[in-house]
Amino acid sequence: MNEFWVLVTGSLVGITCGLTGVFLILRKMAMIADAISHTVLFGIVMAFIITQSLNGIWMMLGAGIAGVITAYLVQVLQSNGLQEDASIGVVFTTLFAVGVLLITLFAGNVHLDVEHVLMGEIAFVPWNTWTFMNLTMPKAVWMLLFVLLINILFLLGFYKEIKLSTFDPIFAMSIGLPLVFLHYAFMTLVSFTTVAAFDSVGAVLVVAMLIVPASTAYLLSKSIKRMIILSMLIGMLSAIGGYYFAKFLDASIAGMMATTAGGIFLLVFLFRPYEGLLMKKRKLVNMNNLTIKS
Amino acid sequence: MLSGNLLWVLAGASLLGVASGLIGSFAFLQKQSLVGDAAAHAALPGIAISFLIFQQKDLPLLMLGAIITATISVYLIQGIINRSKLKSDAAIGIVLSVFFGAGIVLLTIVNQSSSGNQSGLNDFIFGKAATMAKSDLVWLSGSALIIILTCLTFYKEWKLVIFDTTFAKGIGLPVNLLRFILTAITVLTIVTGIQAVGVILMSAMLIIPAATARIWSDKLVTMIIMSALFGAFSGACGTLISSLKTGLSTGPIIVITASSLFIFSYIFAPKRGLLVKIQQRRKIAKRVLKQEVQAS
Repeated sequence: MNEFWVLVTGSLVGITCGLTGVFLILRKMAMIADAISHTVLFGIVMAFIITQSLNGIWMMLGAGIAGVITAYLVQVLQSNGLQEDASIGVVFTTLFAVGVLLITLFAGNVHLDVEHVLMGEIAFVPWNTWTFMNLTMPKAVWMLLFVLLINILFLLGFYKEIKLSTFDPIFAMSIGLPLVFLHYAFMTLVSFTTVAAFDSVGAVLVVAMLIVPASTAYLLSKSIKRMIILSMLIGMLSAIGGYYFAKFLDASIAGMMATTAGGIFLLVFLFRPYEGLLMKKRKLVNMNNLTIKS
Repeated sequence: MLSGNLLWVLAGASLLGVASGLIGSFAFLQKQSLVGDAAAHAALPGIAISFLIFQQKDLPLLMLGAIITATISVYLIQGIINRSKLKSDAAIGIVLSVFFGAGIVLLTIVNQSSSGNQSGLNDFIFGKAATMAKSDLVWLSGSALIIILTCLTFYKEWKLVIFDTTFAKGIGLPVNLLRFILTAITVLTIVTGIQAVGVILMSAMLIIPAATARIWSDKLVTMIIMSALFGAFSGACGTLISSLKTGLSTGPIIVITASSLFIFSYIFAPKRGLLVKIQQRRKIAKRVLKQEVQAS
């Protein structure tokens, strides 16, 4: 039963992150997600210091606010002339340092130790359950389902708008779409996803689940719908595969999930249709044959 | 207050600040600040692998492993960008997170082995600046010296490669070799730094002093010197502040000192500071208003 819940949690992480990741990759904001996954720590610590509780809702709120602040600060620095990579770097390292410092100062002996935040411990998920409407499921599963639902609702509600503002922001602006609102709403979603996943796979490895499956799907698809479906599937596959590899080697589950996602990416990168190394080689051979014949 | 050990830490942190400030400026100008972040994360699997192979905690061996994986990661990022439609942000994110994940897997495997438990490899994630010993400092100053000397030697060539690659190629400079040396030195800086301030905060040392210096100066020489000074100042100041009270970890304080400098410069710097910019905007608004009044 425990194994079942770990697998469910992992798959949900894969699906939720895969969904959000698609738009991160398409909007070229992968590194902002990395930044948010670090600053979420700051938000959670602040929420803990203010409320003195480890309640999931306060954590979500703190993390959401921290995510929006990160996106906003990066935007401000950038619009005042600092280049993008440096703005991201300055903002997230600073907030992360403040977060680590606050933990050591105020929350040293709580469950909030830094290593847990960074690496998560998915194996402990099944023991922390929560009952709602006669249904007892691990807390992490509830949280992930909730975030997945928000993600899906947001996508269904704003699919056209998001798509347009992703692929043709200038046109989107000219027909009066609220680009700023969409940007920050999306950033909030990314932070929510990060918090929901951080309890099980840790803040740093959320980045892997957000970016790697979506990038793999990007290499394999030419339409956004196909990319979304593939990204969610690959995310799930990485989570489940990662769990069994980790069990086999008796190693960190979260780390193995990231590594599996990386392995899938590598395979796809090498053997993908049209552009993969194998295909390129075959094309070269074909071309050689042609030139020899003519 | 200045006990022997504190003096070592102080010297180490300042040297590290100088080295990362120097290298950080070059990374900043190439728009590769976040590549440094990825390389810092990618050092982790290298450290774990070399520990698994040699079963020793010898610093040079661990550093060698870290240098190899970090260099591989930089070239992987370049390869992904060149050979697919993925952009640099995605490539950096993929390499960073997968290498770090693999590093954590390897660390858990190390911790299972009998000798691994006391090895304290976890220190590499968060750093252990406060417990730097004399022997660590010898290594630190050695590599800082190499870094500073290499920067002085290749200053002119790197300047050309960064600002005008085509011209550099035209006059016959070995551009790829020069880039490789720059990458190798960057990786050396990162690997030297992570044992002091940890993987994640090392990226801060590369990025923040350089970004601060850029606000103050438009000239490369001035920028690099200022960046090195800012780095040294943050290292020294951070160490001193964290020694005032037990429980303050050195790494984060160093970073926070550096960012305070950044914020101060961002607001008050002449030319690029926020205050000056606001003033300029007001002036323009006034002038435009005047012109409109005159026109009407």
